[in-house]
Amino acid sequence: MIPGENLKYSKDHEWVRIDGETATIGITNYAQVQLGDIVYVELPEIGMVADRDEAICAVESVKTAADVMTPVSGEVLEVNEKLEDNPELINEDPYSAWIMKIQMADLSDLDNLLSEDEYAAFCEEEE
Amino acid sequence: MHKYIPNTDAEKKEMMKQIGISDISELFSAIPEKLRRGDKCKIPPGMSEQELIVHMRELAMKNVSAYDLKCFLGAGTYDHFIPAAVGALTSRSEFYTAYTPYQAEISQGVLQATFEYQTMICELTGMDAANASMYDGVSATAEACAIALVSARKRNKIIVSDSVQPETREVIKTYMNGRDVVLLEIPFVDGETDYDALETAIDDNTAAVCIQSPNFFGIVEDMDRVGEMAHDNGAAMIVNTDLISLGILKPPGKAGADFVVGDAQPLGNPMAFGGPHLGYFATSGKYIRKMPGRIVGETTDNKGSIGYVLTLQAREQHIRREKATSNICSNHALNALATTIYMSLVGKEGIKEVALRCANNARYTRDMLLKTGKFKDMFNKPFFKEFVVSADTDIKMLNENLHHMGYIGGYKLDKKFPWLKGGWLVAVTEKRTKQEIDDFVKKAGDAV
Amino acid sequence: MSKLIFEISRPGRRAFDLQNTEIPQKTPAELFNNKSIRKVDARLPELSELDVVRHFTELSNRNFGVDTGFYPLGSCTMKYNPKINEKVASFEGFSELHPHQPAESVQGALELMYNLEKYLAEITGMDYISLQPSAGAQGEMAGLMVIKAYHDNRGDFARTKILCPDSAHGTNPASAAVAGFDVVQVKSNDLGMVDVEELRKLSGPDTAGLMLTNPNTLGLFEKDIIEIAKIVHDCGGLLYYDGANANAILGQTRPGDMGFDVVHLNLHKTFTTPHGGGGPGAGPIGVKERLHSFLPVPWIEKTGDKYDFNYDKPDSIGKVKSLYGNFLVLVRAYAYIRTMGKDGLRQVSENAVLNANYALSRLKEAYDVPFGDRCMHEFVISGEKQHKMGASTLSIAKRLLDYGYHPPTIYFPLIVKEAMMVEPTETESKETLDGFIDVLLKIHSEIEENPEMVNSAPHNTVVGRLDEVQAARKPVLKFDFPE
Repeated sequence: MIPGENLKYSKDHEWVRIDGETATIGITNYAQVQLGDIVYVELPEIGMVADRDEAICAVESVKTAADVMTPVSGEVLEVNEKLEDNPELINEDPYSAWIMKIQMADLSDLDNLLSEDEYAAFCEEEE
Repeated sequence: MHKYIPNTDAEKKEMMKQIGISDISELFSAIPEKLRRGDKCKIPPGMSEQELIVHMRELAMKNVSAYDLKCFLGAGTYDHFIPAAVGALTSRSEFYTAYTPYQAEISQGVLQATFEYQTMICELTGMDAANASMYDGVSATAEACAIALVSARKRNKIIVSDSVQPETREVIKTYMNGRDVVLLEIPFVDGETDYDALETAIDDNTAAVCIQSPNFFGIVEDMDRVGEMAHDNGAAMIVNTDLISLGILKPPGKAGADFVVGDAQPLGNPMAFGGPHLGYFATSGKYIRKMPGRIVGETTDNKGSIGYVLTLQAREQHIRREKATSNICSNHALNALATTIYMSLVGKEGIKEVALRCANNARYTRDMLLKTGKFKDMFNKPFFKEFVVSADTDIKMLNENLHHMGYIGGYKLDKKFPWLKGGWLVAVTEKRTKQEIDDFVKKAGDAV
Repeated sequence: MSKLIFEISRPGRRAFDLQNTEIPQKTPAELFNNKSIRKVDARLPELSELDVVRHFTELSNRNFGVDTGFYPLGSCTMKYNPKINEKVASFEGFSELHPHQPAESVQGALELMYNLEKYLAEITGMDYISLQPSAGAQGEMAGLMVIKAYHDNRGDFARTKILCPDSAHGTNPASAAVAGFDVVQVKSNDLGMVDVEELRKLSGPDTAGLMLTNPNTLGLFEKDIIEIAKIVHDCGGLLYYDGANANAILGQTRPGDMGFDVVHLNLHKTFTTPHGGGGPGAGPIGVKERLHSFLPVPWIEKTGDKYDFNYDKPDSIGKVKSLYGNFLVLVRAYAYIRTMGKDGLRQVSENAVLNANYALSRLKEAYDVPFGDRCMHEFVISGEKQHKMGASTLSIAKRLLDYGYHPPTIYFPLIVKEAMMVEPTETESKETLDGFIDVLLKIHSEIEENPEMVNSAPHNTVVGRLDEVQAARKPVLKFDFPE
């Protein structure tokens, strides 16, 4: 977590940065540590419309593959193409290596997300 | 004491002492009393090696094989020549008693051989990547359909030509059973896919089109045309082919195939009453990360030396579990090794020679059959090593007669295609000589 | 470093000769349409026969099989592959049979398969067997399809869920998903076995079945199996047996008697057919009477003393594999069962279990033993203690390579941290076990004194630890021919 950056978090270990109606999404440090060295990111298609908690892309490491659920419903506006050739950026800096930007369809989806403190507590429970 | 079980009574006593028990039966105490088998097992008593050999030989001699008779039967399994070096090398126990090469450092033999196999498959098929093999051509084709389906978001139609081997189509159906899919079959016309019907059937809900070339009847299909149709509609093209034919025929990769699959039994593996055979699976770059089964990749070690490992394992069942695109676990590694050795022995020139010989032998056989006046062409198309003729006779009786005269006759077509009465699918490989063919033709002509 | 075969290739060399022919030979252009013809040759190697033989002989020298040394992979049953089985499988009367030959000409093959089915039914306590599936995973898929067909046939379409223990082998949930089911995980209790109360809660009218291995993947016999079977059957579900661990119970008990409705066996594990570097194997399935009509076609039938294939089974799930199964693998398994006989099979499980308990009793001296000191044919220890001392299970496995041992299965089952699953099998001697145990204990001392030695292992193999991250990030899956 980056203190002072008003991020929201999901229980599937995604972080969300909100800017008006656009949500920028990535996976958290906890997630990238669990996954290990990331070898591939299967980015979602631009224009794709997804529901909240739908698995719309996947992150693969040598030992495992994990679906990334979108914590908010909406349309995919942009994907981080840098991750195509350099998936390890997520390991290096998970909070700047965003995966996708979504045009939110329903702002009330944000109510389901956790604050920084709530997420920290959640992670401790998982241990 | 059994020859496969080393523990002597004395050793067993020592071991029990270490464990802290006085009888082995204590180790089975967790099994509820009422589930114990006791002495009830009805398996016959064990045989010595000498007795076993006699028994197995007796069983084998109740069969008549392509070793005893000259084989003119194909329909998906073929009597090709296997050089002696193949068996000599695959029977090295460092290969055949090894497990899957998960511990790469002590499995470089199998891993490198597999890397070479993958390369040769790509060379023959004209594709970007191949996996480490699958059970058989039929399941490889079904898996390709499954991958195409999963990759094409929001499309759920798979089109398969009726000129694809019947068993392949049956297994595709079985595999598609649990899924949300529309499986459409396109008829054939004069032994070849009805391209007009295909054009009508393809739409923007089609995930893939699957054809076979040379098809079940031995006929070479128009891959370019199917490829164009598929791609114009955003669908994938799956081509099932005979690798031997690719010695002289155009590789499907050059016709735009997205998946090339099939059975590599003809390359170095015996007919074996149907198994184990060898499914090969090759794909264009786009689908590399979706390929099912095991894949070998090149990498380096901590000192910079080149080595080989199983890679892209995150897709596989042991990691993805219920989200894996396939449940395949093992591959047919030893059969793939046999095929790699075969391809290494026949080499660049040999594969062309074998293919050309098959094609010429088949044409000659067909021509001679027609000359008897008793057989007619059923279809009028260029074929590779198999063809269909028809005769006004009971094909089953024809085959029985030929059997008594030293031949395994062709496939009775109406078994799977009831409207093709009198159809006889004859296969001729490089093993057949002019003498054998001439005699076969004469006997067949006489028997009609 | 071994050169790739393409790198030792030399233009013009030959390792192959084709017999001469008197048939006039036409060129491809004369036989086919121009657009069907290949224009560029495939770059297969050009070598002499000796070149090829040396190359693959060298590769074999870089490989480790059961014949090379101890191979204690848990759940793989790496037991000795008898040479007589190889010999009989190579008889032309077996290997040169075409699968479409008429039944009259293959009576020996059909008799062998028919009798193998009988023996496997006897061993498993099931009523009917299909030898068609080519591997355990394919057997699972076929077995699950049978379960689905059974429920569909009864008009019960609510049965959408398959329950799997969290300790299950990955193919279990994958096969269930492929067969069209949703997968629900059942937690294990503190003893590593199915939590019966958990199972009771999860079982209901939407339960198609439960998949179970017994002994489970921790090598422990599910003592509550009778209760488990009752719970599943009472809610209308079926019980599926993953036969991967059958080596523990040969001749002692049978899944059919425990209440299982569908079973698969791994002939390449329990029945000594060789692993071949990853295959081929065979995964026949067995079912109880009420599921008989759903088995894959064809069935082998005996009328009088004649055998034949029967395809007339309208309720069958169809075919899961082309043709009849991996016949030459079946021949080996048949030969093994005839060699061992009733008493031999019983001795297999007794000695497999004895060997495992012996190894466990000595290893617990240095390694954590999460589920007690009794097991069946395999056991799981944890390298958690060693991990805290500075070396992971992965490193321990790599260090074992330096001592000439194949490591046990690592990081499976998923419910044990730093897991190592060891299955010695009955074909290993006490001194082999002692050698292996002594080395594992030695590695523990090495970790205490100098963990770096273990962490940088292996040192004595042809290649060092390979970079799997690079292999997955930038896949190189074939040779790059120089232009």
